[in-house]
Amino acid sequence: MALQIIDRRLAGKNKSVGNRERFVRRFKEQIADSVRRAVSQRGIREIEQAENITIPRKDISEPVFHHGQGGIRDMVHPGNAEHVRGDRIERPQGGGGRGSQASDSGEGEDDFTFTLTKEEFMQLFFEDLALPHLLRTHIGENPQWKSRRAGYSQDGIPNNLAVLRTMRGALGRRIALGKSAHREQLALQQELDALLAQDDGTSEAVAELQHRIDLLKERVGRIPYLDPIDLRFRARVQVPVPSSQAVMFCLMDVSGSMDEARKDLAKRFFILLYLFLTRHYETIDIVFIRHHTQAAEVSEEQFFHSTESGGTVVSSALVLLDQIIRARYPTGDWNIYVAQASDGDNFTNDSGNCRNLLADKILPLVRYFAYVQVAEEEQNLWQEYSQLLPVNPHFAMRKVSQPSDIYPVFRELFKKEGALA
Amino acid sequence: MTDHTAHNMAHYPVLERRMRDNPWKTAVVGERRQRTVPAQPLPAGARPAEPLPDPSDWTFELIERYHAAIAATAERFGLDTYPNQLEIITAEQMMDAYSSVGMPVNYRHWSYGKEFLATERRYRRGHMGLAYEIVINANPCISYLMEENTTAMQALVIAHAAYGHNSFFKGNYLFRMWTDASSIIDYLVYAKDYVAQCEERYGADEVERLLDSCHALANFGVDRYRRPSKKSLARERLEREQREAYAQQQVNELWRTLPTRPGKEGAAQENNRFPQEPQENILYFIEKNAPLLEPWQREVVRIVRKIAQYFYPQRQTQVMNEGWATFWHYTLLTTLYDEGYLSDGVMIEWLGSHTNVIYQPPVGHRAYSGINPYALGFAMYRDIQRICQNPTPEDRLWFPDIAGTPWLPALDHAMRNFKDESFIGQYLSPHLMREMRLFAVHDDANERELVVSEIHDENGYRGLRQMLSQQYDLGTREPNIQVWNVNLRGDRSLTLRHTQFQGRPLGDDTPEVLRHVARLWGFGVQIESVDAYGNNPVLLHTVAPSAA
Repeated sequence: MALQIIDRRLAGKNKSVGNRERFVRRFKEQIADSVRRAVSQRGIREIEQAENITIPRKDISEPVFHHGQGGIRDMVHPGNAEHVRGDRIERPQGGGGRGSQASDSGEGEDDFTFTLTKEEFMQLFFEDLALPHLLRTHIGENPQWKSRRAGYSQDGIPNNLAVLRTMRGALGRRIALGKSAHREQLALQQELDALLAQDDGTSEAVAELQHRIDLLKERVGRIPYLDPIDLRFRARVQVPVPSSQAVMFCLMDVSGSMDEARKDLAKRFFILLYLFLTRHYETIDIVFIRHHTQAAEVSEEQFFHSTESGGTVVSSALVLLDQIIRARYPTGDWNIYVAQASDGDNFTNDSGNCRNLLADKILPLVRYFAYVQVAEEEQNLWQEYSQLLPVNPHFAMRKVSQPSDIYPVFRELFKKEGALA
Repeated sequence: MTDHTAHNMAHYPVLERRMRDNPWKTAVVGERRQRTVPAQPLPAGARPAEPLPDPSDWTFELIERYHAAIAATAERFGLDTYPNQLEIITAEQMMDAYSSVGMPVNYRHWSYGKEFLATERRYRRGHMGLAYEIVINANPCISYLMEENTTAMQALVIAHAAYGHNSFFKGNYLFRMWTDASSIIDYLVYAKDYVAQCEERYGADEVERLLDSCHALANFGVDRYRRPSKKSLARERLEREQREAYAQQQVNELWRTLPTRPGKEGAAQENNRFPQEPQENILYFIEKNAPLLEPWQREVVRIVRKIAQYFYPQRQTQVMNEGWATFWHYTLLTTLYDEGYLSDGVMIEWLGSHTNVIYQPPVGHRAYSGINPYALGFAMYRDIQRICQNPTPEDRLWFPDIAGTPWLPALDHAMRNFKDESFIGQYLSPHLMREMRLFAVHDDANERELVVSEIHDENGYRGLRQMLSQQYDLGTREPNIQVWNVNLRGDRSLTLRHTQFQGRPLGDDTPEVLRHVARLWGFGVQIESVDAYGNNPVLLHTVAPSAA
């Protein structure tokens, strides 16, 4: 019998991509919901990963006419162990869903789950934010310069003298200038030698030749060994380099008044800032500083999940922030971003203190300082901070009361920055 | 397993892929002549010196050698097949094939994406091995072999798909009558292009909504008795435009609001019902008569309807088809082993898979979900073979035609001329009923308890057989819903009528499906339910005309 074996393994796969896209498009709402939920559960650094998305089975089912429960059913089953004709059996729990009908009623049980790829996840995440166009705008000028070699120039400082290149040039010049005289001299010399071989070297012709040869020698001798036009210097130009590292400080109030919901708001904001920075910098350090009456640098886990209680002294965090920056993150090497989240509650006399700290010490060091108040009412911290707004373009503050506010606020904050830059 | 939708049928994909053929050329159907089957298997050749090598990693050369051995044996049993084409594919390609209804090409729809994601996830988590094979009803018959299979599994797949299913496709009357593989593949190419064009022209959302509605009715887009005509892609394209124009004209005629001239036949028309006879093919009715559909929408309805029609016969031969393929891989491979072709290792390995495939958990078992079609089909063909070879007096009484006759022709006859329903009605023997310990449970929702109505004893055989046969009758598995009436001169609303079978109501999805019907119809839709005798109509749901 005829047989043909074909190896199709190299032929295209992913024939279903079009169908998959249509699926994601159709369930965008639910998927976006899942993405939002996932964001709130993830660590900041794990944000860019694939995600399992679960959609309720009923949303995804395709309706068809089929028989429902009820009426009369005669079903044949295999494996009779004990029954004889006329036996009465207790109706199984959950209605008559038995035998091949079980799949009718069993459909609602588990939800539809699938894995969103990292790219799809990020796309949905940013789509939600309407961020992509924003990401392309730069955050201010970059102060770092790096000098890069840019060939040779004719002037420069002695330090940068390119000896080899200079000498090579000089040699070339000497050859070029002396070549014709040299050649002429050689020819005359041959003539002279011929004459000398014939007579005793006292004839006029010999003296004439000798004289011309001496003139030529003198001319060659006058060519300078090194001329100023030979000098070559290594040229260097200054190019601005974006610093590839940034540090992001997350400051959060963990006093008793910050409940889970407020922390969640703060977390979303931090995540956004983090993602924003990942688009610009190669390496990003995150420093978590939490505070109540005292501030401490903690891990991410402790930052978001441990609860503290007690009063609030915001300045403690700012002092610690200042210390850490000066100790570990010199401004020349690091782009410093600070995101502060608080419910605005502060020890009364401390707020002015905070303002001074920011204005005098911190704001000059950082590239951007964003303050988010996760509560509505304006307290003295808000008022004090407000005074900083007019004079510091890289300082921004907003109020957020619901998760849905976060994205617009974030956009707002950075739009302002983008416009100024 | 219930088959709600046409696209659930991924596991029985039966169609061809023609990569190289000129798609405008219709295939010659002359291959479908019948061959005579020998009464006894022809004698084997010389016994091989040693069995075929069995490293776990296959090579192309090994596949050819195994195939040659299997082909020679199949020839001796008189299996009549299309020529074979084996295609090696990766697991991912297998999943692709799976989720697009096993079709090499199909129009795009999110539900196929859903299918793919579900398959992929189950596979990745190890909940499911992929099917060992997918086989496409074509000439040559294409079988997909997964690259991950071991040598022994490839042998099993070749025997199962390339000889079992292949011969079934070529022989069974439903496939001979309904599936013209060459035209379906052309049609799918056409459908894909057309739907893509519509998406471009009218927007993806619009097309998606339309397809959703059509899919909801796909199982009711079937002519149960009329056979579709064969058309090539070229003719299909050519005729489309004429059809669109003509159909619209017909619809316009139907919905004419100009007053008819008095004294002609106007008065008589007033009393005419429309449709004059109830229509079972709801999609067809909509395609031809829905007043507001655009021509392109009618064409999409038609595409869904055509594809559903194509799958219809396949859904009726589940037990027979799988049983036949299983019977033949079993028979071919054991014969090869007896004749010294297969090593013990290969034997153990394929028997392991075989045992899993035909496992029938008893009722009440955690894994029980109805009768396993592989198990039932395999057992029935084996049983027919037994009746032919070693009939008992009981068999002679029940099956006088085949008891003691040569088994090859008897089996061939059984494969060719039946569908599940009639196959079980004809061949389920008392012996097998006892062996499977079949019993019937009568479930009346009005009673508090279930009653065991028949068991595998002398008085129960006929009842059991009749009930099991009915269980595979698509006509009773799906509700009976027909287009009953259109209010022609009033609000143009459409009435569907559900005729209850054994008092069974419709499922919860009904209002939703009805909304889909309303979207297609463009005006109000209602569904009423009557009892088995057509009495006591009850209005179930009404959907007002949609704003869209």
